[in-house]
Amino acid sequence: MSVHALGGNCLIRNSWICGRYFTTRGAQILAAVRQHVLLTVVAVGVGFAVSLPLTLLCRRWRPLRGVVLAVTSVIYTVPSLALFALLVPATGLTSTTVAIGLILYTLVIFVRNTLAGLDGVPDDVVEAARGLGYRPAQLLLRVELPLALPSIFAGLRLATVSTIALVTVGALIGNGGLGNLISDAFSSVFKAEALAASAFCVALAVLADLLLLGVQRLVMPWRRAAR
Amino acid sequence: MNLLRELVRWLGTGAHWLGPDGVLHRLLQHLALTGVSVALAAVVALPLGCWLGHLGRGGTFAVNVSNIGRAVPTFAVLVLLAVGPLGIGNTATVVALSLFALAPMLTNTYVGVQDVDRDVREAARGMGLSGRQVLWRVELPLALPLVMAGVRIAAVQVVATATIAAYIGGGGLGRLIVDGLAEQDQGMLVSGALLVALLALAVEGLFALLQRRIDPARRVRAVRVATRRVPHPG
Repeated sequence: MSVHALGGNCLIRNSWICGRYFTTRGAQILAAVRQHVLLTVVAVGVGFAVSLPLTLLCRRWRPLRGVVLAVTSVIYTVPSLALFALLVPATGLTSTTVAIGLILYTLVIFVRNTLAGLDGVPDDVVEAARGLGYRPAQLLLRVELPLALPSIFAGLRLATVSTIALVTVGALIGNGGLGNLISDAFSSVFKAEALAASAFCVALAVLADLLLLGVQRLVMPWRRAAR
Repeated sequence: MNLLRELVRWLGTGAHWLGPDGVLHRLLQHLALTGVSVALAAVVALPLGCWLGHLGRGGTFAVNVSNIGRAVPTFAVLVLLAVGPLGIGNTATVVALSLFALAPMLTNTYVGVQDVDRDVREAARGMGLSGRQVLWRVELPLALPLVMAGVRIAAVQVVATATIAAYIGGGGLGRLIVDGLAEQDQGMLVSGALLVALLALAVEGLFALLQRRIDPARRVRAVRVATRRVPHPG
């Protein structure tokens, strides 16, 4: 590099916006994004998968419902960093710790929203279906769940956007996807890195939300027709 | 269990509770940060939300500001402010925390005031109340539960974000977690985490209690129960 290029370099000037940041740290950025997306997908996927049977069990047994709602409310109130820290003695400073914490948070959102959605199914609809001879399994799959879909999707979108933001906190225990770049930017006072990583986080959240909105429209075409 | 043993060992040591790095001081710092940030945000968000809700304008903004707030990582904002104009220290922390407290309070206040039944508002107008009187004597009391809920959400959010703010050099209970990680002291780490969790739950519980106390519908129900006549036998 010539002396002139060194002097005018936006990296050296520590500008907020710097193209050179992307060209020189491309691999690092991609690795961070990959970890971020992976943690999000795992958290949302596992959380959703576990929430469904849990929700159904809650509907069967009233006492369980109260316990689950209370426990999930407690978990949701605990700050993310504290939750991750409490898991560290068990699973160490790994991405597993972050994943488990995130799964617990998404679980709360999913259980609440799915329960609300299923509870919102009008009683007369359920009675009509039963009158038509629907067995409990059919009732659930063909009547209750489809009617609960708007609530379930709302939960999906909320959980995804929240998770994408919460992944960054994992950086404090070394596994935070784009959060790793942000904490690195803090230690080295690297403005371009801080701004870029933050912008990517928000962009990821917006993208995921739009994607899920698209899936929602596909899965529930009748809502479009109702407009 | 190992976790429990570490907790008891660390919390049981008196020295850990005293001094500038002790639990008590960190707790006070955390409470101070939370209190100041929520108060500052309330001074801006509550009047603004009331005004917008009363006029019925700016709804899209007031409601969406919370959605946007959810998508922005608190850690990112903290670092951006620290790396940028404000540097590390209490000012940056308080500014960031106040920003995050604004959204839920603004949204809830707006929705609370705006959602007041139109019939009630018209009845008030019909009784001759001016616009301002309608706001003060009708809309605000009815909106109070939602407003309190907004403050509660904001307070818990700030307790959580203040924990992370310890990473950028602030104080508070988060320092126990951050220092515990840095010094590989599991006792400090876990104790800090537990205390933060308890604080968040305590704040949530306190506000939930307050909310129930000042819920006007509850007062009405209480009056009804108190004045219900006991049926005479025979």
